[in-house]
Amino acid sequence: MIRPEAEAELAEVIAAAEGPLAIQGGGTRGVALDGAALSTAGLSGVTLYEPGALTLVAQAGTPVAEIERVLEGEGQRLAFEPMDHRALLGTTGDPTIGGVIAANVSGPRRVQVGAARDFALGVRYVDGTGQVIKNGGRVMKNVTGYDLVKLLSGSWGSLGVLSEVSLKVLPVPETEATLTLSVASPETAVAAMSAAFGSPYDVTGAAWAQGAVSIRLEGFAPSLAYRAERLTQALATYGEITLLEAEDSAARWAEIRDVEAFANMQGDVWRVSVKPSDGPAVIAAAGQGTAMLDWGGGLVWLCLPEGTDLRAALTGIAGHAQLVRGRGFPRFQPEPPEVAALSTALRAKFDPRGILNPGVMG
Amino acid sequence: MQMPQPDAEIIARKPRVLARLQEVLPPDAVISEEAETRAYECDALTAYRCPPMIAVLPSSTQEVSDVLRICHEEGVPVVPRGSGTSLAGGALPTADCVILGVARMNEVLEVDYPNRVIRVQTGRTNLSVTGAVEADGFFYAPDPSSQLACAIAGNVAMNSGGAHCLKYGVTTNNLLGVTMVQMDGTVVELGGAYLDAGGIDLLGVICGSEGQLGVVTEATLRILHKPEGALPVLMGFDSAEVAGACVADIIKAGVLPVAIEFMDRMLIEVCEDFAKAGYPQCEALLIVEVEGAPSEIAHQLSLIKKIAERHDPVAMQEAESADQAARIWAGRKAAFSAIGRVNDYMCLDGTIPVSELPYVLRRIGEMSKQYGLAVGNVFHAGDGNMHPLICYDANKPGDLEICEEMGAEILKLCVEVGGCLTGEHGVGIEKRDLMSHQYAPADLEAQMAVKDVFDPAWLLNPAKVFPLDASDTRRMAAE
Repeated sequence: MIRPEAEAELAEVIAAAEGPLAIQGGGTRGVALDGAALSTAGLSGVTLYEPGALTLVAQAGTPVAEIERVLEGEGQRLAFEPMDHRALLGTTGDPTIGGVIAANVSGPRRVQVGAARDFALGVRYVDGTGQVIKNGGRVMKNVTGYDLVKLLSGSWGSLGVLSEVSLKVLPVPETEATLTLSVASPETAVAAMSAAFGSPYDVTGAAWAQGAVSIRLEGFAPSLAYRAERLTQALATYGEITLLEAEDSAARWAEIRDVEAFANMQGDVWRVSVKPSDGPAVIAAAGQGTAMLDWGGGLVWLCLPEGTDLRAALTGIAGHAQLVRGRGFPRFQPEPPEVAALSTALRAKFDPRGILNPGVMG
Repeated sequence: MQMPQPDAEIIARKPRVLARLQEVLPPDAVISEEAETRAYECDALTAYRCPPMIAVLPSSTQEVSDVLRICHEEGVPVVPRGSGTSLAGGALPTADCVILGVARMNEVLEVDYPNRVIRVQTGRTNLSVTGAVEADGFFYAPDPSSQLACAIAGNVAMNSGGAHCLKYGVTTNNLLGVTMVQMDGTVVELGGAYLDAGGIDLLGVICGSEGQLGVVTEATLRILHKPEGALPVLMGFDSAEVAGACVADIIKAGVLPVAIEFMDRMLIEVCEDFAKAGYPQCEALLIVEVEGAPSEIAHQLSLIKKIAERHDPVAMQEAESADQAARIWAGRKAAFSAIGRVNDYMCLDGTIPVSELPYVLRRIGEMSKQYGLAVGNVFHAGDGNMHPLICYDANKPGDLEICEEMGAEILKLCVEVGGCLTGEHGVGIEKRDLMSHQYAPADLEAQMAVKDVFDPAWLLNPAKVFPLDASDTRRMAAE
């Protein structure tokens, strides 16, 4: 395991590499690749935190837990709610902020506030030639030049190895609550969740799992009480509503975020991004296994018998299916040829020798 | 500001290029008479003008593809244009270019409330996207001040922001998919009515690429349900420093208003004169807007007022009616045109860390004295996106140059304190030559490598964004 302790050292390692590098942060996201293991865990620490400006800068290998601790001290958080993959994938280790950004890992609140990529304000990274590059910065609005921050976010290390990220952070609301209701069919669940998002009540999460719809509200206590009441009335036709208060609500969303229901279930785990109204069609097309919906129906989690070719079953439904746990198929949905040509050409520019996590995205 | 020498060889081939474009477009969609091309000689950065060789107004993605394929084959540079409201010269033509205007492509293609998306042709104006859905209670969140006129095409190209992005984000956070035509005519679909990219986030780099990677003809945008209500409150302070400290305290306290706007005395006066919004006369004015039901608004306002009172406000007043609320925003959004009625001005757009506001405002005041040009300040205080307006006299020889020099110094200051050259207007030609203050050569090289992939011949909007000397080799090689 190569474990540089500074950005300059990381750059040297990459410049001197003679073959493929398998890059990892905490190693919790289930990426297993051939190549010399290169860990960013040695690049650790929060380098700047300005609560009044809602910005935090950290080295890429900083554990997410450490960042969350620092933020908690000022009543702030990573609003995109990054999923912890350890339970689902049976991995150990400390998830890092670099891994979160490199894999664009978000959670249930993504549907309302945006993804990890939307909170990444700036990056420093080392490209495949060993060159250190910076893009973006540490301010919330920045259109100075091309947005390579977006390109690096979710590129799974294939365009560059992150050494530092700047993030937008947000205040933790005073409290939260979750409306739950029993709903047997995914169609009805999506209808209820769409009705919730189609209201003025500022819903920050809507999921359907184990026969129950969960709809989250956050904010100041008086506002929350008012919105919960109005939303309960608006959704009355879908079933009887029970309210989960603060801690119970938080516990429910941690389970949903980490897809805990599938942790001890046998089978391949797929994550399908579609428009919400297509969520039920995805479940129907899969035709077997266990399903849950997040993002109001726009994110379908499926646990299917090993080796099921889900993508073949989804032909005709716009979106993409990622194989999160399992083998036998590429992790990422193959792209149309004209798009794949652009992605391949970009990789060739950023990593001309093809040594950074080669093949990680197919 | 310099632009590359127009290519005489291309201009000599104008009749042939024109004939080929006329083959694929209806007669009224191809403009080549000098009297008419003059309409496209500049955008909202009016200090620089140059009529294009030809202007075309295609009506479909297929026509855009035909135009680009022909220009690619003929080696003719293309400058895409939305509504021409760029403050950075993003749509400034060259004498050897074809202007590709998307104004005729302004249809709503699909409205989908259950999935909360709208798909539009990109010539549609920003405000008319909201216009298409507001009767049903929805809106499109990014709201640049020019939203009445500016096109979604330009919003995507510049990654436009607005006053309310503190809560709702900028264009890139609200853009789900595009149909884009590459310079060689290839049409690509990226993203769609679903969240997150399947592979590398190409959509993310296209948004904000200033029309240099492709021409976006259709866009899928996120729409949101409107809150029950919104209320702006005006808070006046004795100094910019105090107002800045108040902003930081509001944010730190966990209250996140949808907008926090700042104006100094000069802007308060010209905007009040323009909009009769009832702005209090003071050194620094904040417009803070909160949203929700009446009881929620009241609760948030009570928290904000408590914080503000610690900073000895000289005025504090809530909008008393929907009409006054509208006028408060009308005044703010008209700030640029209001000052334009009394003076020639140059508008900057640097962003700084919010904590540096007092220092930067003080330094700008000092520079104003040093250069002898008045500066007004109006900006998005919650996110540190400043808009210093430097007043000059266009009829006074040398004044524009002094103004530009001072503008450059202010932008360098923004970078020095940890900010950036442009928060929402884009680089265009205006900040092009300052890019090397923010980025090292390798950083610029990495960005230009992206253009190499999408537009290897460097024909799309070529002389923008990157300092001319940095992009010289590439543009020359392409010729």
